[in-house]
Amino acid sequence: MKVHQLELRINNEKRMVVVRSADTLLAVLRRNLGLTGAKPGCLNGDCGACTINVDRLPMKSCLMLAIECEGKEITTIEGMHNTPMQQAFVEHFAFQCGYCTSGFIMNAHSLIHNRPNADNQMMKEWLDSNICRCTGYEEIERAVKDVLRKNSQIQ
Amino acid sequence: MRTVGSSVVRKEAWQKVTGTAKYTDDYAFAGLLHAKMVVSTMAHAIITSIDTTEAEKIPGVRAVLLGGSYPLVGEAIRDRPPIAVGKVRYHGEPVALVVADSPVLAKKAANSIQVLYEPLPVVNSATQAFEAGATLVHEKLGEYKRDNEIHPPIPGTNIASHVKIRKGDMEKGWQECDSVVEASVSLSISDHAAMETRCSIAEIGPDGKIKITTSSQAPFMVKRLISQYFGEDMGKIVVETPLVGGAFGGKAAVQLEILVYLASKAVGGRPVKLRNEREEDILTSPCHIGLDATVKLGSDRHGKIKAANIRFLWDGGAYSDKAVDLTRAGAADCTGPYAIDNVWCDSYCMYTNHPYASPFRGFSHSELSFAIERTMDLLAEKVGMDPLTFRKINAIMPGNTTPTRVLLNNSNVGNLPKCIERVHELIQWDEGEMIALDERFVRAKGISCSWKTSTIDPDAPSGVILTFNPDGTINLMSGVIEIGTGTKTVLAQLLAERLNMDVNNIYVKMDVDTQTTPEHWKTVASRGTFMAGKAVLQAAEDVIRQLKAIASCVLRAPIEDLDVADSRVFFRDDPGNGVHFKEIAYGYQYPNGNSIGGQIIGHGHYILRGLTHMNPETGEGRPGPEWTVTAHGIEVLFDRRDCTYKVLKAITVVDIGKVLNDKAARGQVMGAMSLGLSFAGRETFVFDSLGRVRNPQLRTYRPLHYSEAPEYMVEFVETPQIDAPYGARGVGEHGLLGIPAALANALSTAAGVSLQKLPLVPEMIWKAKEHVRP
Amino acid sequence: MIPFDFDYFRPKTLQEALQIFREQMAMGKKPYYFSGGTELITLGRVQLAKADAVIDLKKINEVRACRIDGDHIVLGSCLALTEVEESNLFPLLTKTASEIADHTSRNKITLGGNIRGGIHYREAVLPFLLADSTAVIVSAKGVTFKKMSEVFQGSLRLENDELLVQLITERKWASLPFVHVKRRRQWETGYPLVTVAALMSDNGIRVAVSGLCAFPFRSEKMENGLNSKGTGIEERIKMALDGIPATVLSDVEGSAEYRMFVLGNVLRDLVSELEGGIVV
Ligand SMILES: Cc1cc2nc3c(=O)[nH]c(=O)nc-3n(C[C@H](O)[C@H](O)[C@H](O)COP(=O)(O)OP(=O)(O)OC[C@H]3O[C@@H](n4cnc5c(N)ncnc54)[C@H](O)[C@@H]3O)c2cc1C
Ligand code: FES
Ligand code: FES
Repeated sequence: MKVHQLELRINNEKRMVVVRSADTLLAVLRRNLGLTGAKPGCLNGDCGACTINVDRLPMKSCLMLAIECEGKEITTIEGMHNTPMQQAFVEHFAFQCGYCTSGFIMNAHSLIHNRPNADNQMMKEWLDSNICRCTGYEEIERAVKDVLRKNSQIQ
Repeated sequence: MRTVGSSVVRKEAWQKVTGTAKYTDDYAFAGLLHAKMVVSTMAHAIITSIDTTEAEKIPGVRAVLLGGSYPLVGEAIRDRPPIAVGKVRYHGEPVALVVADSPVLAKKAANSIQVLYEPLPVVNSATQAFEAGATLVHEKLGEYKRDNEIHPPIPGTNIASHVKIRKGDMEKGWQECDSVVEASVSLSISDHAAMETRCSIAEIGPDGKIKITTSSQAPFMVKRLISQYFGEDMGKIVVETPLVGGAFGGKAAVQLEILVYLASKAVGGRPVKLRNEREEDILTSPCHIGLDATVKLGSDRHGKIKAANIRFLWDGGAYSDKAVDLTRAGAADCTGPYAIDNVWCDSYCMYTNHPYASPFRGFSHSELSFAIERTMDLLAEKVGMDPLTFRKINAIMPGNTTPTRVLLNNSNVGNLPKCIERVHELIQWDEGEMIALDERFVRAKGISCSWKTSTIDPDAPSGVILTFNPDGTINLMSGVIEIGTGTKTVLAQLLAERLNMDVNNIYVKMDVDTQTTPEHWKTVASRGTFMAGKAVLQAAEDVIRQLKAIASCVLRAPIEDLDVADSRVFFRDDPGNGVHFKEIAYGYQYPNGNSIGGQIIGHGHYILRGLTHMNPETGEGRPGPEWTVTAHGIEVLFDRRDCTYKVLKAITVVDIGKVLNDKAARGQVMGAMSLGLSFAGRETFVFDSLGRVRNPQLRTYRPLHYSEAPEYMVEFVETPQIDAPYGARGVGEHGLLGIPAALANALSTAAGVSLQKLPLVPEMIWKAKEHVRP
Repeated sequence: MIPFDFDYFRPKTLQEALQIFREQMAMGKKPYYFSGGTELITLGRVQLAKADAVIDLKKINEVRACRIDGDHIVLGSCLALTEVEESNLFPLLTKTASEIADHTSRNKITLGGNIRGGIHYREAVLPFLLADSTAVIVSAKGVTFKKMSEVFQGSLRLENDELLVQLITERKWASLPFVHVKRRRQWETGYPLVTVAALMSDNGIRVAVSGLCAFPFRSEKMENGLNSKGTGIEERIKMALDGIPATVLSDVEGSAEYRMFVLGNVLRDLVSELEGGIVV
């Protein structure tokens, strides 16, 4: 088996892991590091449940090898602490079963960070990357818009 | 009231937004082995050989299981080998199971197993299965063990069950009709596509204790079935269910639990995990049932429906499992929410070579509504009546009877006319059903109605236990699974309301384990709030009684003089004078050390009353407790040239009895509507001529996405169900029920052609239009 | 979860990448140029792709180029599609890229990987076919510059160790009026039923199509049909449809007949939009 020892920067911590070169980041987060917030939903890039941030951009961790992430800054839902997006999701009932939630929050969090002035069109473009099977998406829309609005008031 | 009706945030909310919420696959530990299935690549074929030599050579492979030595399983009919024996009956059927040290090894080994098949003729639809001389999916149908004696399978055919409704006098009924229409509609099998794929872990201890952790809606059923199928002692089986990542009925069936139990047994009881990859979750695990229906409806010249003749051919797939119940539920409510005196319905559960069915949110009702509501529009047109008025004058009301002859009253059915009226206003019906914007584009509207009772087992139980913490806060334990519906939070609200206390001082046990959590039959059929809610209220009475008993000693006062609120027991006439729960919930200690009372443990339970089995010849019987009614409206923007469309607005008005948690209820209804639009508009298994599914990935099987969602309008009518907690009716499924029908009605109006097939993709509309073009 | 193992290399230069490729070949191994890697990761999971040695190209400078160079737009093969969109050097390409997969996936999918990939669609190639861009290819034999019309025949024809470095497009193409339409089986997400990209050049309309046949293409015959002046629009559409170079797909996205119907309408609309006339 082709194994490597890697140092990954995850949620502001350095973590040493031993991985196969063929291991996806999702598998390594969940199995080697116990960070089970990113969820497997399809392992095919289709559902977004595994979304994390890599260098502050949303990435599907099932579409990435762990070894590709050396030297990059990885943020998972476990690295989010009481952020406005998490608060808004709670307040607006933007989830039911919660399985899609980590992925949605990581995507939406990156959206407001990178595109603080996102309009409806841009929200659609970004948020179409994740599937939520439980809600009607309206609650998610409200949560994200709420954070965008509050941000623009601060600025 | 303080808590009921308000939008209390779900108890597990912060777990879910921090990634700490745990689902079955999130549990891993040293020593855990991993299983992987080999699944059939053919829909119907003889297995000529299975070569496992390579797999067995791989270091780290601990067992390879093949079919043959296991009893048949299945809920209504024991027709399914857990692992295929001799032949396969659907694409995706398990043919072997590998257990290995890691998921990668298990997968490598599974990939190395060579299976050879000899194809058999394929039964590729319910209609085809019904034809005389059709290929048989089960040759030995008569020999299977079964529970269902009322509607038994018919050997020598593909009929797993035949449910009849014979109500009124058909001959008289048809004679009274001026206008009659008949329509055939169909919808193909699709999937639940919950975001969490199914996953189970099993482990068998040296003492024979079987521990199963599973993403299920029915852990108590897992316990019962494993015991029944394999002769294990029930007390030795403990099933645990943590949070579940969406279910929609798909996790009410028991499948992986059986496989993983067998896998653990094959490796001496070591813990084994089996998690579906998405392709397996779509193909191998049970799916959403298909339907071919023929509906004949007739009305007199005032537009009053006089007779209905309905035939449902349900595509239950290769194994009958829950499809038999779905067939029965469809028959029981076959007419939709209309008062019809003369009804004849034949509901057949058909075997085909398709993946087999499990319940899908709505339990046959969105499917039957599609059939009925399309026909209703056709009949309204023929009678020359506005479809909305037509529905209103036929709406079922207290005093009418259901197809199974249950007499309805003010409590057991909601107010349908009121729901229709609200839809009338919300969709601006009077503006016109269709408004042409230009040569190409039109805005068009469609409406529909639906209803549903929950045809669950007449003796289905629900229980609740309450314990106290020394600080006077309460722990609530119920066997309801948190699948996303927020039911456990609603239960806490009910308790808070009854005890008149702060809901934040109630803690809810989210995970369920069948040994320590009181049973709740299954978390299905929108029955969680009703049944567990009743149990909560009874448990609340129990703790109030106990609290007052000890408080009456402490306060030296008769029980009648005491009241409970804000976590205190106090004098009715002097509320400032009393004791806090924390002083009495664990017994009361007098200053000198003497103590009285003890730990207070409350319990409550509920069992539905008065349900009866259906008569095999007439269908007469009381299949469920109450009928929730809905009306829906949909507005589309339709391109007449391209046959493409956008859903602009989707409306549901449901008689919910009483809103317990506003945002949560709205969320449930909207989510159900979204699911309905998704399956009505796009989702289907695409079968090839050999019965294989061509789209078993979310890339090609695409649920609704964010940008595809319409504007939702959800409103509630409140006609209390008198015997329900605070009058609340079940509502988990109802947002979905009439949505496919309303969409089909809107698009039929827009396209000027009756659309009788789901999903309503532009290509289908185009074909329907081409077909009628002169 | 990829059930096979491979060696992983991260060369910093093209030379190094080529050398690893050759060495692996010599050892009887199957090397894989890994750009976004999404094809290997997703198809590898279901046993439809395999590799023994993964050569991750993303640390090589040349493949990350994204610039204007005089009259030319230079785009590196390992740019993520979102990077291409954000640079917006070629507006038609921006539009085409923005309709592929979804935003998050496009942070990973790359230009070169999409064009060189194995699926039918490979939509990112369409603008380059229209502009007849130049592919910069390196191999042990050196650097070659090839016109897309020559090197993209159903697929990007690369042999042995050949590696796509960049795509160079004349700037004049970036300023022409264009149309891009992606039509799906239903609504806004998913693979194309047909995707059509078109440019209005001095010599008439250029069109390239994906999703219709098993490969993306630009067809001269189709363009001639569309551009035959003095003929009625329906006749022009008919001639264009007659110019389809291969069997039309019938699959889970839609039937061949329906694809033809959709394509016909898309062509009508684009002629009307690009010629500014009213179609009757
Ligand atoms: C959710 C999702 C949806 C998608 N939808 C669409 C869609 O609608 N339309 C569409 O067109 N695509 C779509 N795709 C993309 C497609 O399926 C491929 O996954 C993707 O295009 C591959 O790009 P990559 O950069 O990841 O390539 P890689 O996996 O890195 O490479 C793909 C192939 O190209 C070769 N290669 C890569 N770089 C070079 C180079 N520089 N020189 C020579 N050879 C090279 C590789 O060896 C391999 O053979 C979708 C993908 C996903 C995940
Ligand atoms: S698991 Fe990564 S996108 Fe679905
Ligand atoms: S909350 Fe269940 S999938 Fe989104």
